[in-house]
Amino acid sequence: MVSLFDILGPTMVGPSSSHTAGACRLGLIARAIAGVTPRRVRIQLHGSFAATGEGHGTHRAIVGGLIGLAPDDLRLREAYDEARAAGLEWEFEDVELGEDAHPNTAIFHVEVGDEQLVVRGASLGGGRVEVSEIDGFPVALTGAYPTLVLLAHDEPGTIACVATIMAGHHVNLATMRVDRTGRHQDALMTIEADEPVNDAALGAIRSFPWLRWARSVPKIS
Amino acid sequence: MHKSIESLIRDAEESGRSLPQVVLDRESSETGVPPEQIRARIAQTLQIMRRAIDEGLEGKVRSASGMTGGRAKKLWDGGPRILGNRVTATLARAISTLEVNAAMGLIVAAPTAGAAGVLPAILISVDEFAEGGMGEERLVDAMLVAGGVGGVVAQRASLAGAEGGCQAETGTAAAMGAAAVTWLHGGSHEQISTAIALCLQGMLGLICDPIGGLVEIPCIYRNASAAMQAIAASEMALAGLDFPVSADEVIDVMGEVGRRMPSAYRETAMGGLAATPSAKRLVQIRPTTRPSGASR
Repeated sequence: MVSLFDILGPTMVGPSSSHTAGACRLGLIARAIAGVTPRRVRIQLHGSFAATGEGHGTHRAIVGGLIGLAPDDLRLREAYDEARAAGLEWEFEDVELGEDAHPNTAIFHVEVGDEQLVVRGASLGGGRVEVSEIDGFPVALTGAYPTLVLLAHDEPGTIACVATIMAGHHVNLATMRVDRTGRHQDALMTIEADEPVNDAALGAIRSFPWLRWARSVPKIS
Repeated sequence: MHKSIESLIRDAEESGRSLPQVVLDRESSETGVPPEQIRARIAQTLQIMRRAIDEGLEGKVRSASGMTGGRAKKLWDGGPRILGNRVTATLARAISTLEVNAAMGLIVAAPTAGAAGVLPAILISVDEFAEGGMGEERLVDAMLVAGGVGGVVAQRASLAGAEGGCQAETGTAAAMGAAAVTWLHGGSHEQISTAIALCLQGMLGLICDPIGGLVEIPCIYRNASAAMQAIAASEMALAGLDFPVSADEVIDVMGEVGRRMPSAYRETAMGGLAATPSAKRLVQIRPTTRPSGASR
């Protein structure tokens, strides 16, 4: 659905809605999935991101997003200095992912604590983005809704359990997607909600032994 | 948002509401955001547009590539005013916003960053040259009209240069501006519709061929000429000049031309101006920086 502020906006730091604002949003979502400012990130850029990113401020926008700067934050211009101050280490690498990959694809290899996280996403145009893969699991995260992403050991009742907890905390579910590596292995749940997933709901879900990790990804402005 | 100019106008006529009110009510019912909040956000958007214009006209902004910056001020200061101050000011304002955009400044992508100079230049100039000004509320109304038009184009054709060439970006921005100006000057629904058609028909086929793939050259100049196209269309429509093809049909033609446009002319920097020897020389001498870093 097109909204008025897709047309009269977004308000953003230039020069490109896809290569700057969208790139920043991808960084923001990768950060949100990590849960905190990552210690170290290696970012692979493919296609047009790799070819014209430099002149579009794509690298700065991604680094800015990783430390929590929004697409309309003028500090994106000095994102490298801001990121150094925030303790982030980063490294870019141009990659060739083949014809099928979206021309504006970025893959984030995130180190947070002792954990490694791989997030793949693309900037679709007009500032819209989609994260399509987390740790090899297919997802479809757009940042349009507050989203809960969790990795659980696949056993009966986990989905019902998550739904019950969300309902108990008055979080209305918009969409739910479950992907698993195999029967009784790991299952990745992506749950889009109308309201932000609050800490209490997240805490309740984290208390279950079958849970491996859970992240609340806020709506990205 | 409405899917045709025809349905937008019919909604207004059947309900007796103004065009901006129809756009506002539709947006509010689709998003659940109260109308007054939408209006307040549009007013903020206008402020950001004004600030970008002022920043660029100071003449200090420079893009990372070094290709743009300072031209808006040069035009404002040194333009001979062949058709008077209004034309020169509008052109300079359009270039100004695009220069700020290229320098990683704050702009409103209306409807895209590459076409961000068109609508602000038109609205701020028309406001300035109206006796006593248009007033903030009427400017917000004009933005609603512009937004309604952009929403139709987004759904019938495309707003992306990568999909439909420059006609989809600056062409759409100009059509939005033409509708807004015609509304501000008391144009009838028919005149608003004609202004959209007249404006966009003159932008048909415009390719997207940015040098080095960057939103700089020829983008800053195309924003300036698109602003003029919008004013010209509005002027002719308000005088009662007609056009035999409806606004929705012209929008559909723009979409069709975009789909048939070779990819070399759709923001790939593989054809058009971007592929000329002059452009290639310019790209070669562009300074580069190694964007990696580590904290100590």
